[in-house]
Amino acid sequence: MSTETALPVKPAEGLFSKKNRKLITDPLNDNNPITVQVLGICSALAITVKVQNAVVMSLSVLAVVVVGNMVISALRNLIPGRIRIIAQLVIAAGLVTLVDIVLKAYVYDVSKQVGVYVGLIITNCILMGRYEAFAMGNKVWPSALDGLGNSLGYAWILVAVATVREITGNGSWMGMRLIPESWYAANGGGYFNNNMMILPPMALVLVGIIIWIQRSRNTKLIES
Amino acid sequence: MAFDKNSNSFTFIFATVLVVVVGTLLAVTFLALKPAYDENVRREKMQNILASMKVVVERDAAPEKYQELVKETVLVDAQGNPAEGDAFSLDVLKQYKDWKAGVVKAEQMKYPVYKAKVEGKDLYVLPVVGTGLWGPIWGYLSVESDGRTFYGSVFDHKGETPGLGAEIATPYFTDQFPGKTFTEQDGSYTGIHVYKGGSQTTDPHGVDGISGGTITSQGVDEMLMRSLAIYDQYLKSVSAKPEPPVVEAPPADSLAADTTNAITVNP
Repeated sequence: MSTETALPVKPAEGLFSKKNRKLITDPLNDNNPITVQVLGICSALAITVKVQNAVVMSLSVLAVVVVGNMVISALRNLIPGRIRIIAQLVIAAGLVTLVDIVLKAYVYDVSKQVGVYVGLIITNCILMGRYEAFAMGNKVWPSALDGLGNSLGYAWILVAVATVREITGNGSWMGMRLIPESWYAANGGGYFNNNMMILPPMALVLVGIIIWIQRSRNTKLIES
Repeated sequence: MAFDKNSNSFTFIFATVLVVVVGTLLAVTFLALKPAYDENVRREKMQNILASMKVVVERDAAPEKYQELVKETVLVDAQGNPAEGDAFSLDVLKQYKDWKAGVVKAEQMKYPVYKAKVEGKDLYVLPVVGTGLWGPIWGYLSVESDGRTFYGSVFDHKGETPGLGAEIATPYFTDQFPGKTFTEQDGSYTGIHVYKGGSQTTDPHGVDGISGGTITSQGVDEMLMRSLAIYDQYLKSVSAKPEPPVVEAPPADSLAADTTNAITVNP
């Protein structure tokens, strides 16, 4: 289920030294924010009923984490230690609100669907996790890559879970109908959507299955 | 470093500057993009008004179609009389919230009516607003020229439960409205009831609610009963009555007396 989702990683050139590349590739598997660090679970449960929503959510998180990482990294020598978390929050909240305004102006339909959840990006632990753990102690470029890697790692889990949930729960993928209308019981067929898949707990079960598969394939992650 | 970044004064300065910069950035972006957002909202409203008349268009094509079909807009006061003001720009949801909060009195509220002509039929489109389980619900109902028969309807909501209350926005619910009426033949107001889901009602003044979406259904019921009572007063005063003569029993000379009796209940 989850193995076909290796996202294309740009070939190494110039700024993409081996160390920098690892910043992008690590979070996709070995250090995935959702399955290994277990961050950002809340939105993984809430926003994975439809693939389209998962994609928009992922892009929004990507924008906020990458830009936020860069801003905080640039300011890291100025931010006073005692209010660093507050400063990070202000930057995160500002960026999220910015994303919300842009979505409302340019992709109004999508913003209506994911409206509530975009605001909730502020509470996404991946943001604060990356800001505090990485951007506060690294230069701007590696911070951008780290943000990119982590949001891609977040994105593929979201899209994988949303794919399973939308197909089984709604008979479609990205809004395209996969199960013909005529199969449905309402139209004389014998098929029912699995409504249980739409409920949030099933997303948790699916994330669990992904973690299971990942750990069985990746011996580094097996705890002694 | 020439300064101590952990000193109290720098902490204060940093926090102040950061908040001001972020705040300014947001304010500027918001103002720059507000026209685009407002335009989206305006088009969506037109799209909804059209959809209630079974004219389904993309949002971008809505303004053109709206111009073509909607002939006139009227603002109606709480007694059903035409009132001053622009009907389209009235934010009925805000007005409803103000009323709920006690800022606006019921008799001060205004109600927009859109008059349109679709496929040769004169229609009235009536916006309605109410409260569901989690937040506001609203809709547009189109009524035929007799002023009592529904032609179509759309409903929407802020955040009703998907699969339950949210079903009011689907054809399963809205398709029940065409052909139903909210007054009796003689003009007495019945409103339109939303019954318990699955009741398979045959009431000409009622529709089936949503099973499992009871609170939302009750909200729709309340919204329709309250709003239509006001629209009814207006529609009675303007709609061309092709009324099939209700004259069977009473002799011709008592007819006038009868109707006045019916209207003025009190002596």
